[in-house]
Amino acid sequence: MKSLFSILLIAFCMTLVSCSDKSQPNYQYFPNMYESIPYDTYGEYPIFPQEQSALTVDEGSISRGFTPYEYEDSSEGYEKAKEELKNEVPYTEENLAEGRQLYTIYCATCHGDKGDGKGYLVEREKILGVPSYDDQGRAITEGSVYHVMWHGINTMGSYASQMDNKELWLVDHYVMQLKDELEGKEPREFESESE
Amino acid sequence: MERPFILKQFILVFLLFFAFTMHAQDDGGGEDEEGGYGSYVPEEVANADEAKGKELFNSLCAACHKRYRDATGPKLHGVTERRDMDWLYKWIVNSQELIKSGDSQAVQLYEEWNQVAMNAFPQLSNEDMDNILAYVEVPQEVKKDKETDVAASGEGQGGGGISTEIVLGLLAVVLLVLSVILYLVNKTLNRFAEANGIPVRADKPKGKPIWVAFAENQFLVLVAVVFLLLAVAWGGYGFLMQVGVDQGYEPIQPIHYSHRIHAGENQIECKYCHSSARVSKHSGIPSLNVCMNCHKQIAEVSEETATEEYSKEFYDNEIQKLYEATGWDESSQSYTGETKPVKWVRIHNLPDFAYFNHSQHVAVGGIECQECHGPVEEMEIMYQHSPLTMGWCINCHRETNIKVEGNAYYEKIHEELSKKYDVEELTAAEMGGLECGKCHY
Repeated sequence: MKSLFSILLIAFCMTLVSCSDKSQPNYQYFPNMYESIPYDTYGEYPIFPQEQSALTVDEGSISRGFTPYEYEDSSEGYEKAKEELKNEVPYTEENLAEGRQLYTIYCATCHGDKGDGKGYLVEREKILGVPSYDDQGRAITEGSVYHVMWHGINTMGSYASQMDNKELWLVDHYVMQLKDELEGKEPREFESESE
Repeated sequence: MERPFILKQFILVFLLFFAFTMHAQDDGGGEDEEGGYGSYVPEEVANADEAKGKELFNSLCAACHKRYRDATGPKLHGVTERRDMDWLYKWIVNSQELIKSGDSQAVQLYEEWNQVAMNAFPQLSNEDMDNILAYVEVPQEVKKDKETDVAASGEGQGGGGISTEIVLGLLAVVLLVLSVILYLVNKTLNRFAEANGIPVRADKPKGKPIWVAFAENQFLVLVAVVFLLLAVAWGGYGFLMQVGVDQGYEPIQPIHYSHRIHAGENQIECKYCHSSARVSKHSGIPSLNVCMNCHKQIAEVSEETATEEYSKEFYDNEIQKLYEATGWDESSQSYTGETKPVKWVRIHNLPDFAYFNHSQHVAVGGIECQECHGPVEEMEIMYQHSPLTMGWCINCHRETNIKVEGNAYYEKIHEELSKKYDVEELTAAEMGGLECGKCHY
């Protein structure tokens, strides 16, 4: 009698424990209060191609604050951008600091905090062949840096999906400043923001 | 005579098991033998310094070339067999010049690789190039042991789990054997006792059962009932409060993406992949082009990345899933255009009637991701760390001070509110962070 009771108790506890399955979401009081009627950003609905509501934007659609980039992804486009494209964002202390923040997030893992091509991933030999910004053969300019961030080059991918136009230009400022530092040049004077 | 025989058999089986497992654990200790260079490698390369070569290779060549597989440029292992040394020196220093001079090998190579020009390296001496070539011609290590091991066990996942399973099985067998022995010994002893006329169990005099005594005591029953009701109320409250709370939710994702490797070991910033957390309501599931920023180059994990639980083969296979989804063809190093979505399972999900904005917390508030999402950099499999209940939100709003420094927007309101509440620093709650309409509308 006693042992039967304890066996039942253990069995009950075990079913309680086994019921909580971590790979399934919990149940809800009133699901129609929790789940949205319109399509969710990352939902799965039969109406979409491949059932995914996360889609690439239609060709030609432009988001707010976007300026199209006209240099094409080729070595001619690169040369052209390198020569004539100029940074349209003023070079102020604030902008440089903002560029530095973005640089630390997106670039420094490979290019290194100083821009010498010795980032953390390079040191761990995960990603190889990252050049220093003062590389003589490449002789980067404002335009070429922007071009490469926009289209990517060789194994480096495009960063246009992670930053918008202005943010790319901010990073551009910081990259050029790092290049000056590596080459031992005088720091460029800040412009006053007057538009 | 029969019983001892059975016992002997048990012991024999037990010993056999033990011997077998010892043997299984002994396996796989063999060492790789590092062979020398292939016979085709010229003398100056074979005698060069491959350590210096490695340094040069990693900084200059590795962006486009890999040693044992094609990348942006062809694989370089065996290049001294394909070309002769003088040609190589000329090509590396300035390939474009060689092509222009009409060298047939150079022109053919240029055409074969879609006219992608190789950078010129005028800074390299012949000795440097010998060193690089020496590094390139180091034969690829063959990892035979591991592959045959996995094949023999017949399991793709987690090579380390086998010996644990055997040990557990062994323990179970031992337990079984012991309990059988105990039963047999007990039975034999009982029989001996019976044969010798000794009473085995002294029968106790039957008194009142304890539950009858309990039922007759009214005070005890009352106390018991009160406690029972309290326990039920407490259990019921706990049960109702966890409905709709997904803390600890850990779904299986279509690709085994390890935050431990990416954010932990490799220290990649959270916002590198979740870039929209800076600027929008959603933290965003990164699109696959962000993965390919690095995984164009990283097609396999290193030996050190593999753990007991997840083998290198397992992780490599997950990277292949990424290539399949993006339509990346490794052999031609280009996209086929055939893509298919990765159907990630969403973990953190607020109910539809609550509004939450990531950029407001990440960019303006400057709150670390880990504050809400927990130690993501240690999570092999992502799970929900916080309860994400309203009480949890409000607690944080009550305790967190607002960063007003260097933000002119807050200057006036901060001054007025700190006078009103008579405090130095304002919490989010005092700024209106508890108002219903801030999150529910």
